[in-house]
Amino acid sequence: MDPVLSVRGLRTHFVTPERTVKAVDGISYDLLPGKTLAVVGESGSGKSVHALSILGLLPMPPAEIVAGEILFQGRDLLKMRAAQMQEIRGNRIAMIFQEPMTSLNPVLRVGEQIAEAVVLHQKKTQKEAWAKAVDLLGKVGIPHPEERVNDFPHQFSGGMRQRAMIAIALSCEPDVLIADEPTTALDVTIQAQILELMKSLQREYKMAIVLITHNIGVVAEMADDVVVMYAGRPVERAPVGELFSDPKHPYTKGLLASVPSIYERKERLAAIPGQPPDLGAAYEGCPFVPRCGDALERCRADDPPEFRLKGGRMSNCWRCESEAESRAHRFAQAEAAR
Amino acid sequence: MSAPLLEVRGLKKHFAASGGMFAEKTTVKAVDGVSFSVMPQESFAVVGESGCGKTTLGKLVLALEKPTDGTVLFDGRDMASMSRRELRRLRADIQVIFQDPYSSLNPRMTVSDIITEPWIIHGRHKDPAARARVLAKLLDDCGIAKAYLPRHPHEFSGGQRQRVGIARALALDPKLIVADEPVSALDVSIQAQILNLLKDLQKERKLSYLFISHDFSVVRHLCTRIAVMYLGRIVESADSEVLFNDPQHPYTEALLSAVPVPDPSIEKRRKRILLTGDVPSPLKPPSGCRFHPRCRYLVDACRTEDPALAETGAAHFAACPVLPFKDKRSDAALVAL
Repeated sequence: MDPVLSVRGLRTHFVTPERTVKAVDGISYDLLPGKTLAVVGESGSGKSVHALSILGLLPMPPAEIVAGEILFQGRDLLKMRAAQMQEIRGNRIAMIFQEPMTSLNPVLRVGEQIAEAVVLHQKKTQKEAWAKAVDLLGKVGIPHPEERVNDFPHQFSGGMRQRAMIAIALSCEPDVLIADEPTTALDVTIQAQILELMKSLQREYKMAIVLITHNIGVVAEMADDVVVMYAGRPVERAPVGELFSDPKHPYTKGLLASVPSIYERKERLAAIPGQPPDLGAAYEGCPFVPRCGDALERCRADDPPEFRLKGGRMSNCWRCESEAESRAHRFAQAEAAR
Repeated sequence: MSAPLLEVRGLKKHFAASGGMFAEKTTVKAVDGVSFSVMPQESFAVVGESGCGKTTLGKLVLALEKPTDGTVLFDGRDMASMSRRELRRLRADIQVIFQDPYSSLNPRMTVSDIITEPWIIHGRHKDPAARARVLAKLLDDCGIAKAYLPRHPHEFSGGQRQRVGIARALALDPKLIVADEPVSALDVSIQAQILNLLKDLQKERKLSYLFISHDFSVVRHLCTRIAVMYLGRIVESADSEVLFNDPQHPYTEALLSAVPVPDPSIEKRRKRILLTGDVPSPLKPPSGCRFHPRCRYLVDACRTEDPALAETGAAHFAACPVLPFKDKRSDAALVAL
């Protein structure tokens, strides 16, 4: 199956006269139709900036996409003109955000915000679009949609707002949904509702989802494949089962060990010592070295390339070099990353 | 059995609320009849979702809010009957750690000023040599480098700021720490550092915690006793391991099943209990049992009768007359494996 979305060596930097912050510094992955890919990482790992780069939503300047390709159904989004991009954004690729209150327009009725996308992308009349808005609100589980469609966002609870956001995103039946921390602002019982809704709508619309999250539990529940990011780069990429049962990169291992679980009481959590690096500062070698308990001499000097491992996995840790699939391939990878 | 360090009896806090000039006067019953006790060196968790009243409860214990009704006893003494002077002395024994390490530290003060200010207020460690010694120990215990002392909060990351907040709370050697969501603003790798720190400090300094949180995973790691709140009431309380293995209130059961588990093999096998709808407004709590509109075990009596906490097992209390008598919860996403 051909990927619906392919990100190749994407680098997004923020350039100011004082310094350059390498927020995203080389991320690649393939997203298959109908699948969910989770991009997981902590604050400042570049996961949200990567998502905003896909849809061209970053202010430029200061943001600058210095390298890479974003192939949507084979066409490079980065080479498209604004008008072409307009046809894809919100139509073929839709996005939902973390804070539903700040991402909905407070002075427009919920129905108008859903209908707007329908009128714009599907060339429907206002009346048809309004009927569709009612239909969509019902579909995302808002009771009495024919009345609630007239409400303003402040009349909705947090969970309902996120449902309304999902209705907007789904209005054009997109091929790809980018969900940036969609449940972080919600209580757990509401989070469970929203995740369940996303799963059932994904089945119905056969959408692919890029799920951006810091919550390891949400990854375990939702993802088919996972990209783990650290300091602007993916450090590991793997199918979800393998990632949890056999993590390859020391950061992934540390991250999984540091998460408390309701299933067991650990005497101590295995915390990762230290802090994430400053992305504006220059470094040599692997950016994880200062926090790594398993570093080699060469980790301090040489920045590791992405090593391709068995089962379609990737890790950019020197310790994985011996497992890497082929030497020739490895060089090709390193070259591509450069 | 020793006497409880903190005892809360029938505590209520109602806030006046009004929808506008001509609207009827209403009250929000943020905390509505809560009783529990915290033993010395115990870590007691209050868990609930937004709006359940857990933060207001913390403020009442800290005497930052005056209760509408009920009493708070600290070391056997009623806080409401204390004079201002007594209350001030008492505050040294009850300290607080806040959720947001960005807004809870004064940006104009240095780390050194922030940590030592409580000593000035309470007139402790006046001798400079002794002060330096105590400070050095405190910094060491909290994992703060000495070089940070002359710096300001904005120079630090969230995790380091939270360490400063913890050091400030510990400066007066309190007996009880009220920790209101102390790790929920932090990234997981940093969260683990702070949780380990809180655990170590408790052991070393013989602290009691009143730990307020929405996160069951965090609570399971740190706390030995748990109370679950819903709309201003405690609906269930039990020893931590008991609560996780055998929840006796439908709300606890649903909450536990909603928490995503960081293990895909468990997630595949698990069934979720999905609660319908949102938490009702505390302005208009439902009649009878407050949880009844969202409950899967609903019987007719639940709509009219307000259940009280009843003992369902050893030190295990639940305010539900139905669930404990259901013998099989086959489809429930029970936590025990």
